[in-house]
Amino acid sequence: MNKSTYSDVLIGVVLLALAACLPWVVGDFAVTLAVNIAMFTVLATSWALFSGPTHYISLATAAFFGLGTYTAGIGLDYLPFWVLIPLAGVFGAVMAGLIGLATLRLSGVYFVIFTLGLAEMTRQVITYIQNATGQKGILISIWFMETTFYWMLVGLAAVIFLVGWLIGRSRLGFALRIIGDDEEVARHSGINTALSKVLLFMIPGAVAAMTGAMMAPRYGYIEPLIAFTPMLSFQVVIMALLGGTGRLWGPIVGVIPFSILWELISASFPNQTTLLLGLCFLAIVYLLPNGFVGLLLKIRARVSQGEGF
Amino acid sequence: MGILITGLLLGGTYGLIAMGLNLQYGMSRIMNLANGEMLVAGGFAAFWFWTAGNVSPLLTIFLLAPVAFFVNWLIYVVILRPLVKRAKSRGQLEVDAILTTFGLSFVAVGLMLATFGGDYFSYQYLLKPVELLYDTYSLNRLVAFLAAVVICGALYLWLNHSRAGMSIRAIAVAPDSARLVGINVPRLSALAFALGGAVTAVGGALISTFLTLDASTGVIFTLKALIIVIMGGVGDVRGTIVAALMLGILETFVARVIDPGLTLAAAYLLFILILLFRPQGLFGRKQT
Repeated sequence: MNKSTYSDVLIGVVLLALAACLPWVVGDFAVTLAVNIAMFTVLATSWALFSGPTHYISLATAAFFGLGTYTAGIGLDYLPFWVLIPLAGVFGAVMAGLIGLATLRLSGVYFVIFTLGLAEMTRQVITYIQNATGQKGILISIWFMETTFYWMLVGLAAVIFLVGWLIGRSRLGFALRIIGDDEEVARHSGINTALSKVLLFMIPGAVAAMTGAMMAPRYGYIEPLIAFTPMLSFQVVIMALLGGTGRLWGPIVGVIPFSILWELISASFPNQTTLLLGLCFLAIVYLLPNGFVGLLLKIRARVSQGEGF
Repeated sequence: MGILITGLLLGGTYGLIAMGLNLQYGMSRIMNLANGEMLVAGGFAAFWFWTAGNVSPLLTIFLLAPVAFFVNWLIYVVILRPLVKRAKSRGQLEVDAILTTFGLSFVAVGLMLATFGGDYFSYQYLLKPVELLYDTYSLNRLVAFLAAVVICGALYLWLNHSRAGMSIRAIAVAPDSARLVGINVPRLSALAFALGGAVTAVGGALISTFLTLDASTGVIFTLKALIIVIMGGVGDVRGTIVAALMLGILETFVARVIDPGLTLAAAYLLFILILLFRPQGLFGRKQT
């Protein structure tokens, strides 16, 4: 690998270190906002790791997130919190693997449809189990400062960026780029396309479940309606697409402005959030088909071609 | 026996909704994830006419169908056609269509929330008992079923025996070759999409006579319709109807015997089985 990839890594490390110092600089409200931004950075970046190269739109984030939240909620009675986070990751990866095995052999539409209702379906099942056992919600007995959540998430983000970078350089990453360009070609050159996709899908599955587990103490009390909010999946998709999925750093470019904007919107128009989310989707498809990253690359290409504006 | 008949009655209405989606996805190649919202809008229209003017839902659908047809035609021509033109491949179109119709579905939910609020709505229409094979059923379910059968039958005949219907089926099978034999693909795609939307809205009006809807239930119906279409085979009318009846029966069974909150889980079970064993649909042939 050439020198520039290592300088990219260095820039990434510096930026992450700066991000980690944020709580000492800003006030409480900003830290709360920063927790949200960090959470969506983690979710959107891992989402884009899978959906970027494969062009498969996964709407399963909320289902994995809820799985993780419940793992933490139920597991706290038996295990320490720090063990539960990787455990949730394992559960998420297994669930993603199973979903992948069932759907990723087929065309992308089946996958989208399957993940579309997954959170809702899981919620129904958990509600049913709770009703059957007479249990209502789960009370979480531990509690953290907002800064602790923030640092956990920044740590997870660092791991994801590292994993994403390593995948980009590995055989798997190469295989995925070929699949994204032309699946037919990939299959003919001996790539096991289904297996590659399943393996990759396990990453966002594990990450979303781990995030859900990390966030469980923040909720304090978990019940199906809180843990499985379908809106979460859509927010992740929109932020990742807004930023652009072509680069590892793409989603974060979408996450930061969108999270801040969303905070303002939901504060001033709490009843119109669905409508506005819909308009955002339309705006992305028609105005920014490749996200901010695509826009940036286009501008750069135009400048270097000397065409000017 | 009671479960079987209730399931069949429910499945008939599902069949109509899935037919609407099948026209849109199978024929005009747009994966319309805003389909359920069209259904809820149809239900709202029936509800509004019934409570405000005491107009029977069975009359409302005659007004609803042309309006929904026009609205969907407009959606196709204004919003979706640019995507069809822009798309380089089928996959690209699919991704764009999915994102766009998501956007549309959120906009529709937002608009309905703004106009009608987030409450559940239901009204009492033909809530009379009917005796059928030693069991009693409510009349509105039976009427909705019969209306669905009539509309499905008419659609089936139209698709199989009219020139326009045949052209639309040709588009479903081979969009590229259809152009070569002089079929106006863009015009008929728009027609199929608009017709699908109209059928869905009518289905919504019928379903609202016996089910409670609210502004955000659309996605559940979209999902069920999608599962039915996939199970029956994309573009296959006969398969769609059989699949719809199967889903109706299974759902009623789960709701009665296990828990009414698990209907979506039941649909998923069916979906997984189909994906694992017959991804090409019940009557579909394996693609090479």
